[in-house]
Amino acid sequence: MKVIHCPLNGPRNAQEFVCGGEVKFPPAESAAAGDVAGHEADMRRWVDYIFMEENRAGVVQEWWCHVASGYWFIAERDTTSDTFLRTYSSQELLNRPVSSGSGHE
Amino acid sequence: MPLGLLKYGLRKKYQGRRYFPAAAPVRPSYDVVIIGGGGHGLACAYYLARDWGIRNIAVLEKGWLASGNTARNTAIIRSNYLTPEGALFYEESLELYRSLANELGINLMYSERGHLTLAHTDAAIRTSRWRAEVNKHLGIDSELVGLDEIHRLCPQLDLSDKTSYPILGALYHPPGAIARHDAVAWGYARGAMERGVEIHQQTEVTGITIEDGQVTGVDTNRGRISAGKVVQAVAGMSSVLARMAGLKLPIRSIPLQACVSEPLKPFLDPIIVSGSLHVYVSQSARGELVMGGSTDPYPLYSTRSTLDFTEGLMGPMLELFPFLRHAKVLRQWGGIADMTPDFSPIMGLTPVKNYYIDAGWGTWGFKATPVSGKRMAETIANDRAPELLRPFELARFDRLQQVGERGAASVGH
Repeated sequence: MKVIHCPLNGPRNAQEFVCGGEVKFPPAESAAAGDVAGHEADMRRWVDYIFMEENRAGVVQEWWCHVASGYWFIAERDTTSDTFLRTYSSQELLNRPVSSGSGHE
Repeated sequence: MPLGLLKYGLRKKYQGRRYFPAAAPVRPSYDVVIIGGGGHGLACAYYLARDWGIRNIAVLEKGWLASGNTARNTAIIRSNYLTPEGALFYEESLELYRSLANELGINLMYSERGHLTLAHTDAAIRTSRWRAEVNKHLGIDSELVGLDEIHRLCPQLDLSDKTSYPILGALYHPPGAIARHDAVAWGYARGAMERGVEIHQQTEVTGITIEDGQVTGVDTNRGRISAGKVVQAVAGMSSVLARMAGLKLPIRSIPLQACVSEPLKPFLDPIIVSGSLHVYVSQSARGELVMGGSTDPYPLYSTRSTLDFTEGLMGPMLELFPFLRHAKVLRQWGGIADMTPDFSPIMGLTPVKNYYIDAGWGTWGFKATPVSGKRMAETIANDRAPELLRPFELARFDRLQQVGERGAASVGH
């Protein structure tokens, strides 16, 4: 996988890019002040968001950054065949209004 | 006159000791099923049999024996880690390694060379001093040394100020050693087998059965096996197996590549590591320089190796040893490193009853083969992790209690 197709800049040398990790969305905090059980549930969701990984052997959805231009985008990549299936603007995922709920899927 | 040897050589029948089991059918049930026939899984089986009298064990290996990271590491053994939890853990492994060849009755080619972690910046000197103090406090032989001592230990290193990143000092760990990684696995395999453990190669686990929050067995390509207890020790495939048990892990599987040079006359005594230059090197008993660097830049389930890697490694190698510019790289390969956020392993119990985990070994697993085997056996036998393993439990992330070993575990992060 020596050349990656950046949605903004076109095909570029893979060394110009950095992998930004799995696409994940931060949990929405729902616990009211003083709700201990609610806070513990929030904490479990934060731990899951920060530390836990799908780490799939197969097609994954990841953030990538073209470091030379500072452009972040989404890539779908097969981690068993070392190929990029698709790269696209994050607008495709982030086109929903920010409200309650995790905002994805 | 070695008459005994002469008699042995003239015998008609060779009394060999079998290393690997002949292929045999899997039985429908075992007390313990160990998923993963690498160094860790085999060591676990050996100590379960030796220390706890548990012999009704099946080790299931999807490929050939120890074909995963056990076959692919650069075989460095040391205990000069940063945290007290880490240092104590790896020191127990080092102590086990020292008598392991005798115990297993196999030549491990264990060679204590001394380990030098070069410091090229003031920050690195400070961290090296911190590590040295923690190590000494725990009785581990580790010290910050200057250029004179580095020159005495390794006269071939370029210590001039003409390099891009001049060396300022180093963390010196005299007990640092290298060994033959395959022999460690074979020794544990034979020791386990001779105590009644069954080892099944070409046997891949395809599913894990859980009833009422408790593991009851595994599905394999050779049928279903019931088990009282199951442990996964599969390194790079940890997340894949854990998913079968309904668990999510804080692990990314990222390739770690390595390469060897053509055999050269012995010139390099110690093991040299440079965090700033992202390279580590030792010279094997065959004269080959065994070289490695940082992990690949993105997660991948592949053991392929790349031109990027060797190209990137040669610059730092020639910075350290300029006279090697005509030496040839002979062979390169990769392993799949199960990287954790704190560069410490994950060992012990899981939320699934009777399901145990030995994972998150990243780039630091080979040196821990004996201690992980011994202490995971203890954990499985008692259904309770010993104190030494407690800091590494999976639940530590729930409490935000990482055991941070980034600087001491690897280069280039």
